[in-house]
Amino acid sequence: MKLTLADRGFRRAATVLALSVVALTFLLACSMVVNAMPSIQKFGWRFLSTSTWDPVKEVFGALPFIYGTIVSSILALAIAVPVSLGIAIYLAELAPFWIRQPLSFLIELLAAIPSVVYGLWGIFVLAPFLRYAIQPFLSRHLGFLPLFQGAFYGVGMLTAGIILSIMIIPTISSVSREVFLAVPFAQREAALGLGATPWETIRLGVLGSARSGVLGAIMLGLGRALGETMAVTMVIGNRPQIAASLFAPAYTMASVIANEFTEATSDLYLSALIEIGLILFFVTLILNIAAQALIWKVSGKAGRGRGA
Amino acid sequence: MKRILLGCMTGILALSLAAGAALAGKLLLINGAGATFPYPLYSKWFYEYTKVDPTVNFNYQSIGSGGGIKQITAQTVDFGASDGALTDEQLKTAPGELLHIPMTAGAVVITYNLPQVSQNLKFSPDVIADIFLGKISRWNDPRIAQDNPGVDLPAENIIVAHRSDGSGTTNIFTDYLSSVSAVWKSEVGKGTSVNWPVGLGGKGNEGVAGLVKQTEGAIGYVELAYAVKNGLPYADVRNKSGNFVTPSIESTTAAVNGKIDSMPSDFRVSLVNPDGADAYPIAGVTWILVYKHQPDKVRGEKIVKFLYWAVSDGQRYAADLLYAPLPQSMVKKIEKRLGEITY
Repeated sequence: MKLTLADRGFRRAATVLALSVVALTFLLACSMVVNAMPSIQKFGWRFLSTSTWDPVKEVFGALPFIYGTIVSSILALAIAVPVSLGIAIYLAELAPFWIRQPLSFLIELLAAIPSVVYGLWGIFVLAPFLRYAIQPFLSRHLGFLPLFQGAFYGVGMLTAGIILSIMIIPTISSVSREVFLAVPFAQREAALGLGATPWETIRLGVLGSARSGVLGAIMLGLGRALGETMAVTMVIGNRPQIAASLFAPAYTMASVIANEFTEATSDLYLSALIEIGLILFFVTLILNIAAQALIWKVSGKAGRGRGA
Repeated sequence: MKRILLGCMTGILALSLAAGAALAGKLLLINGAGATFPYPLYSKWFYEYTKVDPTVNFNYQSIGSGGGIKQITAQTVDFGASDGALTDEQLKTAPGELLHIPMTAGAVVITYNLPQVSQNLKFSPDVIADIFLGKISRWNDPRIAQDNPGVDLPAENIIVAHRSDGSGTTNIFTDYLSSVSAVWKSEVGKGTSVNWPVGLGGKGNEGVAGLVKQTEGAIGYVELAYAVKNGLPYADVRNKSGNFVTPSIESTTAAVNGKIDSMPSDFRVSLVNPDGADAYPIAGVTWILVYKHQPDKVRGEKIVKFLYWAVSDGQRYAADLLYAPLPQSMVKKIEKRLGEITY
């Protein structure tokens, strides 16, 4: 087939645009490595394994930030995934038709609230509520677990996890809902025809086929949780420490960059912050690759399960 | 296709050049960047100054002191602004001699949340340091009680709140703690961000105030202006002369006065712990940074004229915005310094 001039031009333009994303990511990583060099050379691998963050004496270790980012995101997923799936199943399968549209609209509206508003709400409403109601309750009934021990501050890892979960629920639930709706109706009808209950229909007919899509939705949520800065900064307590208790204050990688970048004057301090950015970049990259691998694995299985 | 693109670009270029030329004839845009703390006062000045000299227009980016220092060192702005004085090494990296011009002073106050206490609390310097070091951890500690006779202090834990973002406020506060406590000086030190021994971090004045307001038994530090505007309680602090002084505009100006005799000629002064019976001890100056040799005569003269105006006439706008005006004796010294700028 002979391509016209316009076709070839379009093809080239599209290729350039696609490659520019790759080039941009590569350049970004390169410039971060270059700028983080003083810190990489001074601290080496110790940067990843030590916990002191002292801008005055210029001793930097990123472990508490890595820990805080990962734990707060996992906590957010632990809360958000069941809730979001419940919302998505209700909206796609169970809700009366007239309520579906308004309800999904409201949930998507949650995603449009600026994160600083979530943060302020976190400080002024959620944190006191947790401090005076939820944390004493958890400590009384589950206090034997190290997770729920220590003083009640209101702000801390738990608060950050809850705020993050609220922020990622709209993402996970609306994408999951779309995925459920994409499952062919014939599958539900087949399950019902075999005498399955509504729950069995959803479990066998819908969830099975939607697994890879739901995983994708969760990964989108995780991506947002890992990188979220403002809301977390306002409620996590900003203390670079690794504590077993979820009540204790913590710190995330994105937060420390947002907090300290503007006033970091010395070269080493600045490069330590950039190295944290680099680590965040790699953590996100690794998690995304792992998620992609998981999706491939699961969708392969689901495909075989369907006999496709 | 190419010709059209090229045509468009030349057109845009020509237009922007023409627009630039038209503006340059009337208005001189002076760019500055730096500290956020004095930003409300600076923007008031920039507005009022257009009435004095309508030919200049200011563009000030309040990106933080660190950013201000970086930009003036890289000469991407006409002036920088900082809440912390530059170190000798920082001054050396600048391509020319940088002058610190003090513009106004501000105070940092200690705020707390004890609903059952109605009087203003009083603190001695060593008590403040030990609270922020975590050595005094309960409100009914005898050392707090000693400064506050007759106040019924609760047997609650003290929850320390500090700034999590790098800030000039933290710099002033940790400068003060370093000057009154040898332990603080060696273990923590002073800076825009430090390694806090205890406590929770809140982002910005509003973050710290939020933590303190929401948490019974909390103690934190914020700018005087922020505490006054938001009706937060704040403590009296014992100064070098042994008096408990309430933070105010007057007692901050008194702090500047207390340092006048020991003022270094380059104005890189720390205001903490000054002499003077009525001086509030946790205060700091904020500076505008300009090069001693201005490369562009017209631009340089406009900047210097503005600085003359700001330290003299401009000071009357300070008190309304809760900044402490510089005392007359200080203004004289600054004007002399401004006279040394060459073009």
